[in-house]
Amino acid sequence: MSLHVSRQGDILIVDIEGQLIVSNRQELKQRVLDEAEGGARKIVVDFQRTGYIDSAGLGVLVSLAKRLRELGGDIRLANLNDDLQTLFELTKLDTLFQIADSRERALESF
Amino acid sequence: MVAFGALDLRIPSDVSQIEPVVAEIVRRCKAQAFDHRQLALNLPVALTEALSNAILRGNREDAAKWVLVRVSLTEAEVIVEVEDEGAGFDLDACTRDPSLPENIEREEGRGLFLMRALMDRVENYRGEGTGTGAGEGAGEGAGAGTSAGSGEGNVVRLTLRTKGHAA
Repeated sequence: MSLHVSRQGDILIVDIEGQLIVSNRQELKQRVLDEAEGGARKIVVDFQRTGYIDSAGLGVLVSLAKRLRELGGDIRLANLNDDLQTLFELTKLDTLFQIADSRERALESF
Repeated sequence: MVAFGALDLRIPSDVSQIEPVVAEIVRRCKAQAFDHRQLALNLPVALTEALSNAILRGNREDAAKWVLVRVSLTEAEVIVEVEDEGAGFDLDACTRDPSLPENIEREEGRGLFLMRALMDRVENYRGEGTGTGAGEGAGEGAGAGTSAGSGEGNVVRLTLRTKGHAA
C-alpha cells in the first residue's frame, strides 16, 4: 500500500493505493492522526486505487472517524467500487460513514 | 472432480507475509471459473482474515512459530487450510455480528464474521501441528480458547465454490 496525501483548501485528501490490511493499517492511522494533531479536521479518503480492505483496515477507518469526530471534524469516503461497497454494507459501516461516489462529491459534502 | 493444483506453504508468523501469499493463491484461482468479485473480494479478504488470525492470535507473532497453508484447487472449488500453533477457538462463540448497533463502532471483531460471510464454508478443527512445537493462543474473541497447546495445531478451513458449482 502507498498513501498519497494532498490538500484542497482545509480538506486533507488521502489516496490509498493497494490493499489496506493488517500489515499496513498502522501507516494510515499514524499519518492521519499526525495530520489531526497538526490541525486537520476534514479528511477525505479516496479508494479509487484501493484493492481490498480487511477487518483491520475497516477498524482503522472506524478508529479515525471516532477520533476526528471527537475533535469536531469528520472523515468522508469516496470512490468505493462495488466490491468495497459490499464490504461496507455487510458490516453496516455504510451507516457509520458518509460515502460519496466521487472525490468531488466527498469534498462538497463538507 | 478433477484436481488442478495444490500448494503447500509454511510461513513465519509475520503479517508482512500475508499479502504475497494471498496474491499467489488468488493468481492460481484465476485459472478456474471464479467470478470477479470472488477473486477481488471474497477470496483475498477471507484469506487475509484467516492468515491474520493465525499469525496474530494463534501464534501471537512468535517468531519461533509457523503457519501452514494448504491449498486444494479443483474445477468446483478452492479449499484453503490455515494451520497455526495456537490452542484453537470456538468459531461460533467467537464470531460477532458487527452489524448489531452495539458493535458498529467497535474497532475490532469483524474478521470471523467477514470470513464466514465471504466464503461458502468455514470450519475449524484441531490439526496435526506445524512441525515446530505447539503454543498457546486463541481466535478472535479473547478468552474463548478451548485447549492448551498439545503438539497439535489449530486449522481454519475455507471453502469457496466456483460459480458453476455454487451450493
